[in-house]
Parts: sequence; C-alpha cells; structure tokens
Amino acid sequence: MAEKTEAPEQVRTADEEKAPPTNGKAAIQIRNLTKYYGEFLAVENISFDVWEGEILGFIGPNGAGKSTTLKILTCFMPASEGKVTVADHDVFTDSLEVRKNIGYMPENVPLYPEMRVREYLKFRAAIKYVPRSERKERIRDVIGKCGIADVENKIIGQLSKGYRQRVGLADALISNPRILILDEPLASLDPNQQQMAKDLIKSLRGQHTIIFSTHILADVGEIADRMIIIDQGRVVGSGTPDEFAQRFESEHHLRVEVVGPVDEITNTVKGIEGVTEVEASDHEGLVTLKVTSEQDADIREEVTRAIVEKNWGLREVRAERIELAEIFARLTGSREE
Amino acid sequence: MGNLWALYRRETNSVFLSPVVYLFTTVFLVVTGFFFYIYIRDAQQASLRWVFSNISIILLFFAPAITMRLLSEEAKTGTLETLMTAPVTDIQVVLAKFFAGLTFYMVMLLPTLSYVALLRMVAGSGVVDYGPVLSAYLGFILMGAMFVSLGLFFSSLTRNQIVAFAVTLATLLLLWVVGMFARGKTGVIHQIIGFLGMFEHIDAFVKGLIDTRDVVYYLSTTFFFLFLTVRSVESRKWR
Repeated sequence: MAEKTEAPEQVRTADEEKAPPTNGKAAIQIRNLTKYYGEFLAVENISFDVWEGEILGFIGPNGAGKSTTLKILTCFMPASEGKVTVADHDVFTDSLEVRKNIGYMPENVPLYPEMRVREYLKFRAAIKYVPRSERKERIRDVIGKCGIADVENKIIGQLSKGYRQRVGLADALISNPRILILDEPLASLDPNQQQMAKDLIKSLRGQHTIIFSTHILADVGEIADRMIIIDQGRVVGSGTPDEFAQRFESEHHLRVEVVGPVDEITNTVKGIEGVTEVEASDHEGLVTLKVTSEQDADIREEVTRAIVEKNWGLREVRAERIELAEIFARLTGSREE
Repeated sequence: MGNLWALYRRETNSVFLSPVVYLFTTVFLVVTGFFFYIYIRDAQQASLRWVFSNISIILLFFAPAITMRLLSEEAKTGTLETLMTAPVTDIQVVLAKFFAGLTFYMVMLLPTLSYVALLRMVAGSGVVDYGPVLSAYLGFILMGAMFVSLGLFFSSLTRNQIVAFAVTLATLLLLWVVGMFARGKTGVIHQIIGFLGMFEHIDAFVKGLIDTRDVVYYLSTTFFFLFLTVRSVESRKWR
C-alpha cells in the first residue's frame, strides 16, 4: 500500500500554489471559506484563486461541497466563515456588483417552463443590465453560440434536457459577463451534446474567466487549464490536467482486448515479468483484460508480443487512466495519516 | 427601475399563463353572478350594497389562489436561484410579484363592473348611485392589496402551493371572524380586535364612505406583509 499513499504528494496542494498562469490577476479569491448547514459542515476552510482568463475545473464526488461553494460565489447564500471576493467585490457586502459581473448556470438548469426561449433570454437580458440598444444583438449572439436558433420560439417546458442546458448557458452568457460560473454544465447530456458543450466552453477561452464543476475527470482534462479537487468539503489537490494524467497514467494499468481462450490468455499474461494482477472478462470470445504492473515497468510491448506469438487476435492495448473514484480514494486516504 | 418593469412583466405573463387562475376566475364570476341574479330578482332598491358585500367575502376565497404559487413555485423548481443570482434586489422581486398578483386580482374583478351596467339597464339610468360603486371598487382594490401581500408572504414561506393557499385562506378567515367577534361590543380590547377585522373596513367603502382609518388599515397591513415577505426572501442569507 506504500505507493498508494505517496501518490498525492506529487500533486500540489492549494497552499503551495505556484505563480498564476496568466496575467496574475485573481478574478475570484476564496480565503478560508467554511459553510455549515445547521450542524452539517459542507465546506471546511477552503482557499483558492481563479485567475483572470483561465478555465478552472472544480472536481469532486457528489456531495463534496462543489455546489455549495458555487452558490456562495454567486451570492445565493452566504459563507459561515471566510472571505470571498468575486470580480474585486466582496460577495457579502457588495453582492449586487458581484452579480453584475457573473453569469451563472445552476445545477439542473432551472428555467421558467411557460416561457419561450427568446422571451426568456430577453427577460434575462433586461434584468442583467444589458443596455436596451444591445439586447437584440446579444440575444442573437448567444442563440448562435449555443446552437438554439431552431428552438428560439419554442416553450421551454417542451425542450429536451440538452436544449435546456444550452438555454441555461445562453442565459449565463447573455450579459457577456467577466466571470462564468457553471455548475455541472456537462451532466445528463448525451455524448454528442457533451462534446458540443465542451467545444462551446473551450471556444470561450480568453473571453471569460470560467469556473465549472463536474464529477467526471475526463471532462476536465479536455477543457480546463487547471483543476481543483474537493472532497468532503476540503481541497485535496490541485494542478493542471497533464500533471494529473502523467501521475496517474504511469501507474501502469493496461486494458487489453483479445479474441481467444480466456484462461490461456490470462495465464500467459500473468507469466510476463512485472505483471502483478490480471482481471479478465469474457464476452463471447472477446476477452477484456485489466492488467496491473509494477511501478516503472512498461509492459505494453511484452504483452503485445506474447499475444501475437500465440496467434490470438489482438484488438487493443492501451494504458488506462485511473478512474476519478480511485484518485479520490488515494487523495482522501492519504489525508487520514 | 427598468429591472422592476422587466420582472413585473414576466410575473404578470406567468400569472396569466397559468390555467388554474382562469378556472378560479370562472368560478368566481359564476358565484358572484349568482348573487347578482338573486339580488335583481328580489331586490326592492337599486343599490348594489348587498352584492358588493358578498363579492368582498367571495374575494377572500379566491385571492389565495392568485398568490399561492408566486414565490413557492420558484423555490420548488429552483428558478429562485437563477433569479436571485441576477443583479436584482429582494425588494424588486417582491414588488414585481406583488403588483403582478394585484394586476390579476383587478382583472378578475373587472367583469363584475358589468353588474353595474346591467343594473342600469334593468332599473333605468338616473336610478343607480355611482358614488358607492366607485368607493366600493376603491375598497376592493385596497383590500386586494392586503390579500395579495398576505398571500405572497405565505407563498414565500413554503415550497408547497397548496400549503401556501391553505394558510393564506385560514389567516384571511381568521381576520374575518375576528371582526364579527367584536361587533356591537365596547371597550378597548374589543375596539382593537374590531380594528383588525378586515370586513369592518370594507363595509364603509361599500356604503360609500371613504374613511382614512380604513385606507390606513389596508395600506399599513399591505406594507407590513410586504416587509415580512422581503425579510423572508432575505432569510436564506442568514439561516
């Protein structure tokens, strides 16, 4: 178990944050933020910055305190303790100014079901201080960006989940805010819609500072410049997606797909030097192996050779990234020591 | 101010798009129409006092239906979060909902003006006294402001429309019977209780009297409940 507890030490924690990647200005500053719901401690003493212009992924399992933190950033609820500054304004004392500078998409995207899409965006533009003369242009812009032109006259209550999500995003963008705060923007979308949403968020890089939450690590790697991992109300790690990917890919988890006899294949792979564990599953002759090897031993070539020599049909060999759940297990496991 | 107007327009549209309120309006007009019919059939004089007295009591049962979903629905569906994280103040949101509710209340009341026109047709022009008609409608509007603010307050306390409806109705009924309790009694306590009873105040308007005490009663209760509603909406920040 020794190597497991070492893992998080290679990832920076929030306290030893390095210099900012951009122009060094913090769009959001969170200092010692704590939030209780009655007796329940939802967020415990977290501190981090979101730098101007960056896209920050805020990751954690369900119930980790992501939504609570975002609700405090958007002035929907106050912190129990700590100081939060968004767009140079304090969220508690200067909430109206903060809200003028943000676009927020809450989890599950609550919308008024009886309104039509365009009518809703018009209303949102009006209450978000978009000057009357610019409203038409802004609405046209976000309808185009979010790909909702074909439903703009539809009643929101009749839209699919994917469209509702895009309407929510269009609303967040309508005032062209300095900061975008998106709570689970990719949740409950099908893969196509997810890709579209990811592309859209990526296309906003440089125009807005973005913080978004998710519980899926793969989402973050593709979009975010940096990520903060939160678990049980505490920040347990932070770093760039590459740092995480390298760290956890080098653990040597291989996924191998072979057509052939399952027992023989398993035994052959087990016999390769450096292999510590093989997990096999058989689906009508297609065998999927999960191979774990010793640290610092790249066994991909050996595995390939062994299988090809036996004339089995090799479909795929790939290094598998570790599931977020496992990263959590490691990051949180180390904390208890 | 532009904010308030945009919020008001959305709220009004939302109230007018809700099917339930049309159902209630229809029933309201059927019931008041029935009272008007009875009156026309049996009445000896061309005064609508009796009809107006009944309308004011019937309004008590229908006002809670207008206000029940104003805030509870937003809390239930989560739209309160999108609304309150936009740069709007709690006061703007509460006022927009209040005026939207009051607007619908007045629209619901509007068709009852036809009873005045019908009476004129039946009894002949020159017989109908318009003074009490005007003061009665002024009274209805003032009383409606109180109903709507009270209903809005209870709507802010719960996510459940039915609970909001029931509690609003119960409170209005209580304010009604409290007035009856003090009727014909003397002494300070009875006077205070009598002042709280809301129908004691609408009576004067229906008779054609516009008394500042009655105007003050409705305006102050309206402000009181609007104030409570704002505090209640704010309360998520200190709970």
